Parts: sequence; structure tokens; C-alpha cells
Amino acid sequence: MKTDNQRAWLLVLPVLVLVAFSAVIPLMTVVNYSVQDTFGNNQFFWAGLEWFRDQLHSERMWDALWRQLAFSGIILAIEVPLGVFVALNMPKKGVWASVVLVLMSLPLLIPWNVVGTIWQIFGRSDIGLLGYTLDQLGVDYNYTQGFYSAWATVIAMDVWHWTSLVALLAYAGLQSIPDAYYQAARIDQASRWAVFRYIELPKMRGVLTIAILLRFMDSFKIYTEPFVLTGGGPGNSTTFLSIDLVKMALGQFDLGPAAAFSLMYFLVIMVISYVFYIVMTNLDKEDGQ
Amino acid sequence: MTDQTASAPGAADHLPGDVKVADANARAKPGTRVNGSTVVMVLYLLFLLLPIYWLINMSLKTNAEILGGFSLYPRNLTFSNYETILTDPSWYMGYVNSMIYVVMNTVISISVALPAAYAFSRYNFMGDKHLFFWLLTNRMAPPAVFALPFFQLYSSVGLFDTHIAVALAHCLFNVPLAVWILEGFMRGVPKEIDETAYIDGYSFGGFFVKIFMPLIASGIGVTAFFCFMFSWVELLLSRTLTSVDAKPIAATMTRTVSASGLDWGVLAAAGVLTIVPGALVIFFVRNYIAKGFALGRV
Repeated sequence: MKTDNQRAWLLVLPVLVLVAFSAVIPLMTVVNYSVQDTFGNNQFFWAGLEWFRDQLHSERMWDALWRQLAFSGIILAIEVPLGVFVALNMPKKGVWASVVLVLMSLPLLIPWNVVGTIWQIFGRSDIGLLGYTLDQLGVDYNYTQGFYSAWATVIAMDVWHWTSLVALLAYAGLQSIPDAYYQAARIDQASRWAVFRYIELPKMRGVLTIAILLRFMDSFKIYTEPFVLTGGGPGNSTTFLSIDLVKMALGQFDLGPAAAFSLMYFLVIMVISYVFYIVMTNLDKEDGQ
Repeated sequence: MTDQTASAPGAADHLPGDVKVADANARAKPGTRVNGSTVVMVLYLLFLLLPIYWLINMSLKTNAEILGGFSLYPRNLTFSNYETILTDPSWYMGYVNSMIYVVMNTVISISVALPAAYAFSRYNFMGDKHLFFWLLTNRMAPPAVFALPFFQLYSSVGLFDTHIAVALAHCLFNVPLAVWILEGFMRGVPKEIDETAYIDGYSFGGFFVKIFMPLIASGIGVTAFFCFMFSWVELLLSRTLTSVDAKPIAATMTRTVSASGLDWGVLAAAGVLTIVPGALVIFFVRNYIAKGFALGRV
């Protein structure tokens, strides 16, 4: 059991100060902008909740939100089953297990803009393997021009980038299943499906929940990869929330609307984080028992 | 699977001996399944490695060859793209800058996270759960929300375009990450060790440095790896907070694309060089990767 000790605050103080400096102050700046308007010259005046109302009725924001939700939904629907499937087929021990683990982790360690660059090169129909092959097969593929090509490439890129994460987490869950469970299943002549459904899946439930939440949140704030690959285009077809926000704040310098947008964006993330936190602490409790 | 389990009916009536037989059979027989797994893994790894191979392929070609025709491997192997990067300060300083702020960030993150993680893993105190949750929200916050305020904050305190600015900005998500991962490792150390040390007359500081830190050395290593990695892969904040003196390699790459347009070979070589640091150390943390990505849980 943990002991009560208020002096523990002294130990968390450095973190508190540092994160306050790098999170609270900037966030307050955002709040400040979100309720003010300006005509330039650094003269600001009170605008109340106008920007929030503005943003809630802005088609642009809703479009970006729907695109974002569609993107997150699609990549979850692909990455989670695929990740579980890969995890079930990974070697359990030995040299190959290490080799596979290292190779699978590679995409996770590549800088995000390089991920974009890799797919940019890979998908070009003149110099890229993927684009060239599709071109030769007669597929009309061009990720800078076509709506479907752009989406397919962005999704393929994300699947390539992050499926290993889901697989690694599921694999960690599978490793924790004692051999005795499988032996019991064999004695009962359980089918492969039954083993998966009643032994493996329940044991992976915790890690899979974490994987889904992590993937949802990280895909919800995706910026660099699609920015490098498509720049949000063609048109606005791959402009997700973060890309739109950066365009608005740093590109057009529309501080008020961007700030209101930011806060609502942040609120959504907060709610999801809360779900995540509850799941985590519940898992910790289960572990403790 | 079903027909392979040897002593089918009534196997459950027998004692462990039979189980072992069934076990041995099940291990020996399903050769088909092992092959199936191998095929799946080979296909998946192929999918992962092809784009990376293509990047390496590009980096070893001259621009003339890249644009001249399509080939699966470099016909005239050249290292000139790498030479360009390693001899031109505007290129290689990008790597140096990135390294500097990444190392700074890792050191800062770990040194503030260690005591905090210890407090969270050992004590109950007022507001601890709220604080822990608040840290998590920072890990989840979209950097895009913070880009402009950071720019203004660091400009106003005169830190714009310095390494420390980027290092501090990356603390936004790395400190919470470090606290969460370290807390996960520290919970595995029995509390009796702390108590014994205090009885033996260690002060808190002495105990922490001499006894506790060696015990969680692997945890610190893993945390350092993840701080390093997440700071290394980030672009949006590091690009916003720098212009010349501290410009990271990631930003150098994006600007070169827009400026010269078609220098694919150099771009690819720069990309390959950014993969190297992670690839070099990944072997050591391979068993903790899942734990790190899941914030110390799993």
C-alpha cells in the first residue's frame, strides 16, 4: 500500500513548474486570444464568445472534423485487426522473435516528416515503386491530383507507420498468457477460433483498449505526415484538424478563430484522455489483485 | 487443430502424463500453421521494408539516374548524395542541432521525472490523481494548438531559435511520458527495499542515487530511449521555434524540397541518415518497446 505523505509534493514540484511553463502559460495565451479581436497594431478588444460561435457555425471546421473522424475511423478499422493478426503470427521466442521485433519497430522510429518523404518518393509514378507499378497496371493513381489516390496513400502510410504498434502491444498481451491455458484448450479440443475468442482475446482486452485509444488520439492530432505528403490537398481533401489549425494560426494569422478552434479541439482530446486514464487505472487495479 | 490433438476422447480423465503427450503432438504436427505464420510475417515485413528499401535505393543513385529511368536497384552506385550532406554545414548542422536539443530534452525530462515518478509510485498526496491525469493530457495535446503560443512565449523571453527553446517545448509531451514510464517500472520495485535502506541509515538522496536508481536502471534506459525518440521525430514545434541557428534536420529537409524542388537523391540520403540513430539502439530496447509506447503500462 502507498502511504500518505504530503511532502511528496516537493518531489513533483520540478515537473509541475516545467510543465506549467510549457503547457499552462501557452494555453492561457490561447484562451486570451479566443475571447479577443484585433485590427492589428497589437490593439485587442473583448469579443466574448463570438469566435466560438463563429467556429461552431464554420463549414470549414466541420469539414475538417468529419475528415478527421473518417480518417481516424478508417485507420483504426484497418490497423487493429491487422495488428492483432500479425501479433498472432509472430514467432514466440528465439532469434527470429528478436529480429522480427526490431524490424517491425523500424517505422515507429522514423521521424514523421521522413515518413511523409518516404511515401512521397514511394508513391510517385515516375520514380516510386508503388506509383510506377500501379501506373504500369493501368491504375489511375496520382496522390497529388486524385482524391481517392490521396486518401489511399495517406491511409496506407498510416497503416505502414503504426500497425506495428498495435501488433507489439497485442504481442505483449499474448506473451502473458500461461501455457496451461493452451493445454487446457487442447484437452477440450477447442478450435483455433475458440482459442482466439475465449483465451487470447480476453487476455488482450486491456492492451487492445490501450492500443485503440493511443491510435485514436495520435491519429486525431496527425499533422506532419500528411502535410509533407499531400500538403492537405488536392484541394482540401486531406486537410485534417491540425493541418487546418496551423494554416489558420501560422499561415493566415487569424488568431481569434484559431484560438477558439484550438480550445474546442483540446477539449475533445481531454475527454478522450479521460477515458484513457480511467481504462489505465482500472487495468492497474486488476494487475494489483 | 482439432484433429491433431492426439488422445482425443477422455484425455481429460487422464493425468498430466497424457497432457504432455497431447502437448508434444500438438507441437510437432502443426507444420502447416507454422508455415502460414511465416508467410504472414514475411508479407508484413515486406510491406514494412519495401518503402524503406526504396528510400535507400534512391539515396544511392544520382539525380540523373533517378529521373532518367526506373530501376529496382542503383545501377551506378554512388555515395555522392551522402557526401553532399556530410560536407555541407547547412546540411550536417541540421543533425548537430537536432542532436543537441534532443539530448538536452532527454536529460531535462528524466531528471525532473525521476523524483516525480517516485512520488507517484510510493505516496498518496493531495491531488495526486488529478496531477497524474493532467500530465497525461499534455502527452495527448495536439502540438498544433501550442505552436503559435510557444512561438510568442519563447520570442518574448528571447529564446527563439535556441536549442533550449526546442528542448523545453518538447518537455510538453516528453516529461509526462517519462513520468508514466518510470512510474510503471518503479511500481515493480518492492517497497521493503526503501524501508530497509532507511533503517540502514541512508538519507533519501543517498538511497535514491545509490540503491534505487541502479535497481531501475533498465527503466531509465528505456525512458531515455523514448524521450530521445519522440523528440527526434517531432517536426512541427521544432520547425516553428527555430530559424537558422538551431534549425533541425527535419526542417532543413522540408525547406530543401520546396527550394530546389527535385534533389531527390540528397533528400533520400538525408532521410536515411535520420533513421540511423533509432535503428542503432533499437536492439537494446526491443523487449520494452510495447511498454514504452503504452506509457509504461502493459
